[in-house]
Amino acid sequence: MKPPPFDYVRPTSLRDVLAALGEHGSDAKVLAGGQSLMPMLAFRMAAPRILVDIGRLAELKGITFDVDGVSLGALVRWCDIERNERVAAEQPLLAEAIRHVAHYQIRNRGTVGGSLAHADPAAEMPAIALACDATIFVAGAGGVREIAAHDFFAGALTTVLKPTELLVGVRLPAWPATRRWAFEEFSRRKGDFALAGVALYFDRHGNGAVAAPHIVGFGIADRPVRLAGAEEAIRGKRIDEQSLAAAVRAATLGIDVSADIHAPADYRAALLGTLLERALRRAAGLGEAG
Amino acid sequence: MRTIRSQFIVNGAERSVSVEARTSLADCLRHDLKLTGTHLGCEHGVCGACTIIVDGEAVRSCLMLAVQADGANIVTVEGLSNGVDLSPLQESFRKHHALQCGFCTPGILTTAHALLSAEPDADEDRVREVLSGNICRCTGYVPIVEAILDARKAYGHKGGAR
Repeated sequence: MKPPPFDYVRPTSLRDVLAALGEHGSDAKVLAGGQSLMPMLAFRMAAPRILVDIGRLAELKGITFDVDGVSLGALVRWCDIERNERVAAEQPLLAEAIRHVAHYQIRNRGTVGGSLAHADPAAEMPAIALACDATIFVAGAGGVREIAAHDFFAGALTTVLKPTELLVGVRLPAWPATRRWAFEEFSRRKGDFALAGVALYFDRHGNGAVAAPHIVGFGIADRPVRLAGAEEAIRGKRIDEQSLAAAVRAATLGIDVSADIHAPADYRAALLGTLLERALRRAAGLGEAG
Repeated sequence: MRTIRSQFIVNGAERSVSVEARTSLADCLRHDLKLTGTHLGCEHGVCGACTIIVDGEAVRSCLMLAVQADGANIVTVEGLSNGVDLSPLQESFRKHHALQCGFCTPGILTTAHALLSAEPDADEDRVREVLSGNICRCTGYVPIVEAILDARKAYGHKGGAR
């Protein structure tokens, strides 16, 4: 369980980070908090020639609010989000999801940017980025480009990031105070990766009908996915027993539910349906089924 | 592979090591600095045995490189007491029989010390939630939770018994 040999540099400016990535390309791997990369190295699932440690870039550690929403620097840690009362007030879905990330010790080092770039299909942050229509900021030799979260994840542990680019931050749009939301995930032990999870929100028209539903499932496919079938089942309707049942029936419509050593596909699909029902009930203020 | 110098404070003393980049902070503490109180179980961030305190926060030393610790202030289980007397937290572990084989104990002590230093009023739910990151196969956790709750008074706890 020892990592393979590699070299190490610790640039102190974004320019120097990009220069190092430009020089080493796919031989290099970016080290942020290391809470995903270190296990990958220990298992020798990754064997980079050199690690580029971005841990000292203070400009990537900020949480900033403006009228358009909240921006999280790539090096914002889970514990930084947990301790930020304004995040809890203005981005409740994000705050709730982060409470489910791994364990206390890992939340003290794991970072937003690391989780997005690592792109574990069962991780919370990629699911929240997708659900919230987040914009991901990526710096490269030509400047910073903006990538919509739904264009960012390309498969299990795979994103559209180029080896010479650095993910520098993510912006979540402003969150209306009246928005309804819920987060559910299930893992066999607390802190483990979820076997399945749901992050959802919607707004409501004056008559109580659902507007702009956003429902994301994670841990069920090679990347977080919008549950389009479930969204259509509640769009423009009030959430009642009928529309709720329709949403659960349509949950995995068009989704290739994954199977692995932890759970077969039909179990994951059934679990997703259960979590979706719980989440929709809570978001809508509907009681448990009789 | 070349070695890289990394300097940090461990338990109040300045230390300087020259290590390969791939050396984990856990291995550095154990092999280079002979601080074998920090235990290594899984070596991939699951068991919590290697937990130490870096700049006031509990972290897994198997998921951190020694070179990343350059400039850090580190406390290991050896730093929780003066080497003669037990700390109040350690005393509480003895009182409540909060260990059997003792392998997980250094990681649980450092975790609990960091927690109670920051949150002296942590309740039982919070203690149990935090302990989810530390695997103990002997005790069933009940005496560990009792020991940590009982130790809160030494950290300025103001609440009731639970």
